[in-house]
Formats: sequence, C-alpha cells, structure tokens
Amino acid sequence: MHDMTGEGGVGLFWLVYAAPLAIAAVGYLGAVRMIHRRGDPWPTRRTLSWCAGLLAAAIAVTGAGHGDFTAHMTGHLLLGMAAPMLLVLAAPITLALRALPVAGARRLSRFLRTRPLRILTHPVTAAALNAGGLWALYTTGIYPRMGEHPGLHVLVTVHTFAAGYLFTAAVIGVDPAPHRPGRRTRASVLIAFLAAHDILAKFVYAHPPAGVAAAQAEAGAQLMYYGGDLLDLLLITIFLHQWYTAVAPASPRTPRRAWRLPADV
Amino acid sequence: MSGPRSAAADVAAGRNVLSGVLLGIGVAAFVDETVFHQLLHWHHFYDRSTPAAGLVSDGIFHAVGWFAAVAALFLFADLRRRGAFHGRRWWGGLLTGAGGFQLYDGTVQHKLMRLHQIRYHVDLAPYDWTWNILALGMVIGGVALLVRSHRPGR
Repeated sequence: MHDMTGEGGVGLFWLVYAAPLAIAAVGYLGAVRMIHRRGDPWPTRRTLSWCAGLLAAAIAVTGAGHGDFTAHMTGHLLLGMAAPMLLVLAAPITLALRALPVAGARRLSRFLRTRPLRILTHPVTAAALNAGGLWALYTTGIYPRMGEHPGLHVLVTVHTFAAGYLFTAAVIGVDPAPHRPGRRTRASVLIAFLAAHDILAKFVYAHPPAGVAAAQAEAGAQLMYYGGDLLDLLLITIFLHQWYTAVAPASPRTPRRAWRLPADV
Repeated sequence: MSGPRSAAADVAAGRNVLSGVLLGIGVAAFVDETVFHQLLHWHHFYDRSTPAAGLVSDGIFHAVGWFAAVAALFLFADLRRRGAFHGRRWWGGLLTGAGGFQLYDGTVQHKLMRLHQIRYHVDLAPYDWTWNILALGMVIGGVALLVRSHRPGR
C-alpha cells in the first residue's frame, strides 16, 4: 500500500507488516499440524483460504503501493475486502479453540464473550468502523498526509484491515460468535455498507482527495466502485449460501458430511 | 387447490412472488447499469449535477439491486428443492418487480430527483414515454398474472 523503503523504512516494514503476517502463517500451520497429529481432521480448504488471505494482505502492503491513487485503491480492495474474506473463511478462532490446551481455550472463549468485544464485533459497529474509516480517509486531510507520516500510514493500513476483518466476520463469520445477531439484521447492515461504499466511490470521483489529480481520482473511484461491486457480489453470495444451507429441509438425499465441524465448537 | 389453503402453502405462494419481485428488481437495475450505461453510454458513471439526496438514493438502489438479484436466485433454488415452485406467481412477481423498479427510476429518480436522465443532448420526451410505458406495461402484465394465480381451479 505504500513505499517504505526509505531509511529506517525497511526495519519499520518488517516490524509492522512482515512479522505479524509471518506469525499468522506459522501459527495457523502449526495449529493445523498439532490437530492432525492428534488424529483430528481440519479441512484443507480452510488452510488454503488462510494462506491465500495472508498472500493478498502481503501483496497489498508491499507490491501495490507506489504513489498513484489507482494502486492505492487496489491495495485497499485487497487489504480491506479480499484478504478479510479469505481469512474469515479459514475460521482461525475455531482452529485456536481446538489447538489450545483446555485452560487456554477457556480463556479465549471467555475473552470473546466480554462486553467490549461483543460490541466491537456487532455488525453495526463493524460496518460503522469500516465505512467511517473510509469516509474519513478520503474526505478529510488524512489521505494526502499519509505520504509524509509513516506512522499515520501504518495506522490507516492497520485500520483498513482490522475494520475489514471485523465487518466480514460479523456478516459471514464461521467462527463461534455467541452473540451474533440474526440474518435479517446482518443482511440489512451488509446492504447499508454496500450503499455507503458505492456512494463514497462516486463522491471521490467528483471530489478528489487533496493532491490527487482529477483523472487519477476518476480511475481510482471507478476501480473502487466496480472492484468493490465484484467483491460485494462474492460476499453476498457467500452470506446467502450460508443462509440457504442453514434452512435446508431434512432430506435423505443430502446427508451431512462426516467431517463438518459443529457450529458451536 | 379447492379446499382452504394451509399456512405452508401461503408461505410458499408468498416466497414465489418474493423471489420473482427480487429478481425483477435485480434484473432491471442490472440492465439499466449494463446496457444503458456501459454498452450504449447513454448516461455516465456520475453526472456531477446530481444532488446529494440523489446520490444516496442511487447508492441504496444499487446495493439493494445487487443483493436482491442473488437473494432471488437462492430463494428460487429453495423453492425448487422443496418442490414448491409456482411458475405463474414467480413470473407475475418478476414482471411486477422489474416494471415497478423501472417506473420508480423513470419517474422519481429521473424526473423528481433529477438524478440523471436516460440520455443526454437529445429530446427526452420520446425516451421518457417509452421508458415509463414499458414499465407500466410490465407492472400491469405482472399484476394480471398474480391475480390469475389466485383464482381457484387454475
């Protein structure tokens, strides 16, 4: 998302982005290995989804960020939408709960049930953080200042990813969430968020952030709109497919697959 | 279906209509976006004269249209797997939904909110009349199908 190869930039880059990504990869693969050793199954598609999500995030923070607004927007779509979708579907919390020793798993599950976390992971909060962050980024002076202040840049990047993850998990999360609201609430929030994203894209098209040329803003805004639409279509399809599967009538033709995890692991 | 209808049959009837209506809205929104904007270039990504309320309305309709189209297909699949699909109700819903959306777009969004026009630098009257009469035709056809589907002994 940004060029940080200047002096001291490389060290900062490793500290802030590369290290967490590496820890996430090693931690997930290690946990899967532990579960396999115990003789328990873990779906390969989840492992693949995790790796693909980390790769998308890595591309976003390294490759796609050299100055221009379209490249920045590609990074935003990868980091705020594509990577979270892949990572959420990899069910990292479920994996942690199964791999951790009983005491650790209990502590994690208690932590997930705490009030602040319950509020933070609510779809309305998550959508507000996500859409609010984007509106603040492009309609205030934050975007033009990102190039000058590495700290601000890191903050925006981390917020884009974290808010994207929270929102995606609130809508299509497969991890246990004891207080996840009903599907109608989630559908409404999803539609509201999509609308906010589209409206912002058109707003940016007409009102470029300071320091972005009109042609650049138009190209970037259209990428945000159509690229966002494509990823939204995926998000909607996954969300509705989960709903469709959950309300399936009992039928002898569709036996439950043996390896499927119970929803409340 | 001569006797009193069961609650389950009512739910299935409603879902057939809902699936049709949602797909109608989705398809109308999609055709507007793809055919007139992307292929014919009759109107543009964003017409800068658009007032804020229009921009918001457009964004909401775009999001609803996207969601409605996918939801309609999953509802359709659900009706099929339950053996509860009813063609006349579904098509009635589809025509009503598509026509209703187009009529809303042609009257409220184009004329009242002046969000954007069908085409620029031409005499709009024939376009507006064609657009809205087609829309009204779809609504009338759809409602007729829905009314007929409620008659006993179909």
